[in-house]
Amino acid sequence: MSSPHLVAVVGNPNCGKSALFNALTGLRQKVANYPGATVERRTGKVLHHAEIELIDLPGTYSLTPRSPDEAVTQQVLAGTHSIERKPDAILCVVDATNLAQHLRFVLELRGLGLPIVIALNMIDMATRERIAIDSKLLSEKLGIPVIETVAVRKKGLPELTEQLLHVINVGAPSCADYGDSLKQRQKAARKIAADVTLSEGIGHKTTRILDKILLHPVIGLIILFTLLFTMFQAVFAWAETPMDMIEAGIGGLQEYFANTLPDGFLLSVLNDGILSGVGAVVVFLPQILILFFFILILESTGYMARAAFLMDKLMSAVGLNGRAFIPLLSSFACAIPGIMAARSISNEKDRLTTILIAPLMTCSARLPVYTVIIAAFIPDKTVGIGIGLQGLVLFSLYLAGIVAALIAAALLKRFVVKGTADTFMLELPKYQTPNLRFVLIGLFERARLFLKRAGSIILVSTIVLWILAIYPVAPEGADKPAVAYSFVGIIGGWLQNIFAPIGFNWEISAALVPGMAAREVAIAALGTVYSLSGSDEMLEVGLVTVLNNAWSLPTALSFLVWFVFAPQCLSTIAVARRETGGWKWPLFMVAYLFGIAYIACFITYQTASALL
Amino acid sequence: MNHLSNVVIPLGALLIGSRGKVTELSGDQHDLETSDRIDRLREIGFSEGLDVELLHQSPFGKDPIAVRIGAMTVALRRSEANLIKVQVI
Repeated sequence: MSSPHLVAVVGNPNCGKSALFNALTGLRQKVANYPGATVERRTGKVLHHAEIELIDLPGTYSLTPRSPDEAVTQQVLAGTHSIERKPDAILCVVDATNLAQHLRFVLELRGLGLPIVIALNMIDMATRERIAIDSKLLSEKLGIPVIETVAVRKKGLPELTEQLLHVINVGAPSCADYGDSLKQRQKAARKIAADVTLSEGIGHKTTRILDKILLHPVIGLIILFTLLFTMFQAVFAWAETPMDMIEAGIGGLQEYFANTLPDGFLLSVLNDGILSGVGAVVVFLPQILILFFFILILESTGYMARAAFLMDKLMSAVGLNGRAFIPLLSSFACAIPGIMAARSISNEKDRLTTILIAPLMTCSARLPVYTVIIAAFIPDKTVGIGIGLQGLVLFSLYLAGIVAALIAAALLKRFVVKGTADTFMLELPKYQTPNLRFVLIGLFERARLFLKRAGSIILVSTIVLWILAIYPVAPEGADKPAVAYSFVGIIGGWLQNIFAPIGFNWEISAALVPGMAAREVAIAALGTVYSLSGSDEMLEVGLVTVLNNAWSLPTALSFLVWFVFAPQCLSTIAVARRETGGWKWPLFMVAYLFGIAYIACFITYQTASALL
Repeated sequence: MNHLSNVVIPLGALLIGSRGKVTELSGDQHDLETSDRIDRLREIGFSEGLDVELLHQSPFGKDPIAVRIGAMTVALRRSEANLIKVQVI
C-alpha cells in the first residue's frame, strides 16, 4: 500500500483545532484552551480512513513565525521542515464566532498553493451567540469546501473526510489575488466575512460577565490566589482516603508474602525491595492526579490566559512576561512539559530564562517526598478555619520555590542571559465548560505514565539499590545494621562528608543518588534502606514513623529545603539540553541549582539546630 | 465625556470602560522593531475600522490592559497599545 495522504491541521490558537484532531483520529491528544498548547508533534490516521494521516500543527496567527512552535507550522507547510514531508492538503480550522479574523489567515494559507478544506468549527457556539453564517456562500466566495463542524460532538466529520479526499484528487484551488500585505488581506477578509454573515451576534455574554469578576483588580486576584491555595490544600485533603487504601493494600500484600513465603532472598526482594520501594511511590498517585486535575481544568476552561494577564506585571518586574506564567504553572505538574511549553515564548532570552527557572517550580514528583516528611514531622492540626498546618507547610514550600524562581529570573536576566523584556500579547479565549471526557483522558494518561515510570525506572532503580544495599554482607559480630556495611552504606558514607554540614545522615546521602533517576525514587530508596536496617519495625509502622524516630527536626527541614532547590531528575536535564540545543545551559542549570540548594540547606539546618 | 468624542488618541490612553474605533496602526516607520510589532498587532486581530473597548487593566500599575477588539479579547501592554490610534466614541 502506498503511503497515506498527509493532511496538516492548522488554524489560529483557540479555534478548537486539537479537539477536532482528536475527534477525527480518536487519538488521545492534550486539548488546552490557552494559546500555544500544542507543542509536541502529533499525528494520527483518520478513523475508518487510514489513507489520510493528520498532523496537528501548533496554532498560529500567520505564516510569519513569532516563536519556535510557530516556526514548526511555517516550515511544515512550506515543505522546508527537516523531518516532516510537505503535506498533500491543509485542513484549516476556523472559529465560526470570529470569522473575519480567522479568514485573514485562510487567505494567507491560500497563497501556499495547497488544496484546502475549511472546518467552520464551534458552529454550535456561534448559533448560541446568534451569529448566522452562510457557509455555502463562503465556500463559493473562497473557492474552497467549507464544512460546519462541532468537534466535541463529532458533527460534520464524515463530510470533512469526504471533502479532504476530494480536494486531494482535484488539487489546489485556482489562484486568487488578495494582496500581499497584511493590511490588504485584513480588508479582503473583512469584506468576505461581512458578505456571508447573515446576523452579527451578541457576543459571548458569559465570558464578559465572568471576566468582570475574574479580572477584577481585587476580587480577581483574591480568586487567583484562593484557587492556587485550594489546589494545594485539596492535594492533601482529598487524597487521604485513597492513599490510606493503597497503603493498606501494599501492607496487606507484604504481610501475605511474609506469612506464605519462606524467609530468604525472594521474600526480601519482594517485601524490602519491590513493595517497599515501588509501594512508597505508587501511594502518591491520588495526589498527583488531583494536581493534574486542577491544571487540566484551568487550561481547558480558558482561565490560564487570565492568570497570565493578572501575573504579567509581577513577571515583568523580574524581566519576564505573563506568558511565562503558563509554562511555569505547568511545571508544577512536571518540569518536562513546562520546559517544552516555553516554546510558545517568542523572545529567545525570555524562553531560556523560563527554562532555567522551571525546575524551581515544585513538580508533582516531589510531592511524595514532601508528604512523607511533612506527615512525619509536622503535627496534623488546624490553624484557623479549614486551614491545616500540614497544608500550610506544603504551600510554603511551593511558595519558596516560586520566590526563588522569581529572584533567579531577575538575576539571570540581569547578569547571565542579558536581554530586553519581550512584549506581552495574548488572546483571552472564551470561557468553556471543560470537556469531562478530555479531562478524564488527560488524567488517565497521567496515571498510565506515572505507573509506567513506577513499573520501569523506579522498579529497576529500587531493585539495583536493594542489591547494593544487601551486598557485601555484614561481617560476623557486627554491631550496626547490615546495610551500613553494604555498598549503599559505603557510598552514603562518602557522600556524607559533603552533606554532613547540611544535616544529612548517610542514609539520606545514599538515597539522593537514585533520586536523580526520578525525584520520588528518593523516598523509595529511603523506604528500602530503612526497611533493611530494621525490617520488622518498618513492616509494622511504615516509613513515616521510622523517619520520625530516625531524624531530627533540623535534618527533616533541611531535607525539605533540599528538594525545593536541588537539581532535578535526569529527564529534566535531558529535555533542557534538547530545548536549548547544547550542554552549556543544562550544566549551568545543574550548577546554580546545586549551589542554592546547598546554601539554603546549610542556613536552614544551622539556624534550626541553633534555635531548637 | 462629550468633549472627548472624535478625538484621536493612542489606545493605551483610553480610559477603562470607554470605547473607540481604530483609525490607524502607526509608529516610527523606519524602525524595524516597531513595524514588526505593528504586524503582530494586525495578526492577532487589530485592524482599521474595528471597534475597541478597554475592558480591564492589571491590578498592578494598570498595565497590561485587556481590550475587546471585534469579537475577541486581547491582553497587551500599554506601550504596544499606543501604536494603535483610536477615535473616541
